[in-house]
Amino acid sequence: MEKFTTHTGRAVPLRRSNVDTDQIIPAHWLKKVTRSGFEDGLFEAWRKDESFVLNRPERQGATVLVAGPEFGTGSSREHAVWALQNYGFHAVVSSRFADIFRGNSLKNGLLTVVLPQETVERLWVLTESDPSAEITVDLENREVRAEGITAAFELDDNVRWRLLNGLDDISITLQNEADIAAYEATRPAFKPRTLPVS
Amino acid sequence: MGRTLAEKVWDDHVVRRAEGEPDLLFIDLHLLHEVTSPQAFDGLRLAGRPVRRTDLTIATEDHNTPTLDIDKPIADPVSRVQLETLRRNAAEFGVRIHSLGDVEQGVVHVVGPQLGLTQPGMTVVCGDSHTSTHGAFGALAFGIGTSQVEHVLATQTLPLAPFRTMAITVEGDLPDGVTAKDLILAVIAKIGTGGGQGYVLEYRGSAIRSLSMEARMTVCNMSIEAGARAGMIAPDETTFAYLKGRPHAPQGEDWDAAVEYWRTLGTDEDAVFDHEILIDASELTPFVTWGTNPGQGAPLGSTVPNPEDFADPQERTAAENALAYMGLEAGTPLREVAVDAVFVGSCTNGRIEDLRAAAAILEGRRVADGVRMLVVPGSVRVALQAVEEGLDKVFTAAGAEWRHAGCSMCLGMNPDQLAPGERCASTSNRNFEGRQGKGGRTHLVSPQVAAATAVLGRLAAPADLVSTNVAVEA
Repeated sequence: MEKFTTHTGRAVPLRRSNVDTDQIIPAHWLKKVTRSGFEDGLFEAWRKDESFVLNRPERQGATVLVAGPEFGTGSSREHAVWALQNYGFHAVVSSRFADIFRGNSLKNGLLTVVLPQETVERLWVLTESDPSAEITVDLENREVRAEGITAAFELDDNVRWRLLNGLDDISITLQNEADIAAYEATRPAFKPRTLPVS
Repeated sequence: MGRTLAEKVWDDHVVRRAEGEPDLLFIDLHLLHEVTSPQAFDGLRLAGRPVRRTDLTIATEDHNTPTLDIDKPIADPVSRVQLETLRRNAAEFGVRIHSLGDVEQGVVHVVGPQLGLTQPGMTVVCGDSHTSTHGAFGALAFGIGTSQVEHVLATQTLPLAPFRTMAITVEGDLPDGVTAKDLILAVIAKIGTGGGQGYVLEYRGSAIRSLSMEARMTVCNMSIEAGARAGMIAPDETTFAYLKGRPHAPQGEDWDAAVEYWRTLGTDEDAVFDHEILIDASELTPFVTWGTNPGQGAPLGSTVPNPEDFADPQERTAAENALAYMGLEAGTPLREVAVDAVFVGSCTNGRIEDLRAAAAILEGRRVADGVRMLVVPGSVRVALQAVEEGLDKVFTAAGAEWRHAGCSMCLGMNPDQLAPGERCASTSNRNFEGRQGKGGRTHLVSPQVAAATAVLGRLAAPADLVSTNVAVEA
């Protein structure tokens, strides 16, 4: 995973709630067996509309998505995170994220920042009136900054540490392999196994 | 203080607990399918890691599989590659797989329980959000992303953030014609698509206790549509009776030891939930969705809501967008909404009891002219059972299409899709824009409402068939 310390970029204000994973990346894109190449599938249906915010010239090259509540609701597809990253987003700001999407994003170094809806609203107003306005997402200080706006955000210490250092979960867990083996030795005999039964 | 069901299962799976770290939990069962696993196996290969516990891992093909001509090569080359990738990965890493054509193939959340692999007190994961289905057995079961799939393959554990607990207590008797699907749609409409966020839901109360295992699976399946981490129901005699004798259920002394343990799992009387919701079952009615998220639902007897009536500005905008997408006018009685298609199937409602319920309504009746009805069993075993009972003949005689097992039109990854603008009454779990095909419009319903809707060609409950005298002329 790539490290995330601080990021500054222009924003895409997405005034929609309940942006589900089927909108972020439609199911037919999920047939790919790689983690890359999903950028053209991002918001595919909405992008057919020329006036959709992502299509506007002033939003090209923007890297921070500011969205309505319940962002990422729906399926567990990590492809939604890959699509956002493949397109060029480094961070998503919303007042509420669906749990699985949030977990997936933080495992891939896409920083999902929870801010009060009122602050999201101010970020929308700022970036709608001035598309060149930049937003800084500072993980070290757990702070979002933009012109006239400074907002602290919360993030679990352990998750933050992993993001700041770009650490791979699996290698951390495997350092505790002895604990796993010890647990396995105590599992009850009645627990099922998937080996074929005759 | 006592503990809840969820807390007990969690505690029994803690491999490592350390200050400042998330608990590391052992995973008892890992289910795989073709869509969310290829990149995880790639990760293992790159790092030179094996699958730690192939004996706790099982794969099935479901999302991409065609439901017609399954003996022919898969027409879509991209789907074919994805299925072949799963087969190759399963062979290379030594994972049991049930491929298209195999008698145990089917939707992953139908296959696990029917094999008896899903049992009370287990931790169950799958790269699929509807893994919450398995919570019906008193298992802690949740969907995970592909990075976590790789983590479980490599370590058989997951580091997990703590959760909060919510009791959803449903007391009383469900009225005739009101099903588990109506109940869960009403719950989601009540608490919203984010209402369960961070929570493990426990469904309790007399109405839940009286549900069959399959109906309990329908309820738990849609916990994710309320944003919940998982949904659970305490195991009881209904659970044990369902499990007994299944291929992977414990036998002999193991069975006795298992049941003794399972009986300890229920929430203690003095346990405290972080949040509680009470629902009166007798007030529930057939429920349908009118919008583009599962929380946008209403009783079938009501009308399409007016966005102006929503106080919350986000909800109002969402309702406006939904009505525009769905092509609906505020104030229209839901019973007047005509459909083009009906889909019976999915991990929510693709089990034998669902097919029986739909067939009972279609028997002696015809699917309305101009309506296409697809019946897709959740697994090959469900299909075989349905054929043995003659349900397939009821469906085809009524003019419905009887298909092979798979996810099918629930998410349209295979050729079963809606055309743009087509409207469908669907027993699946998501009414998102384009979910069943680009531009398709989905109304989530129970199997009973789906069948009655197929007959009348507009959203309807079985009771409407009697009152309008449409049927029974044959």
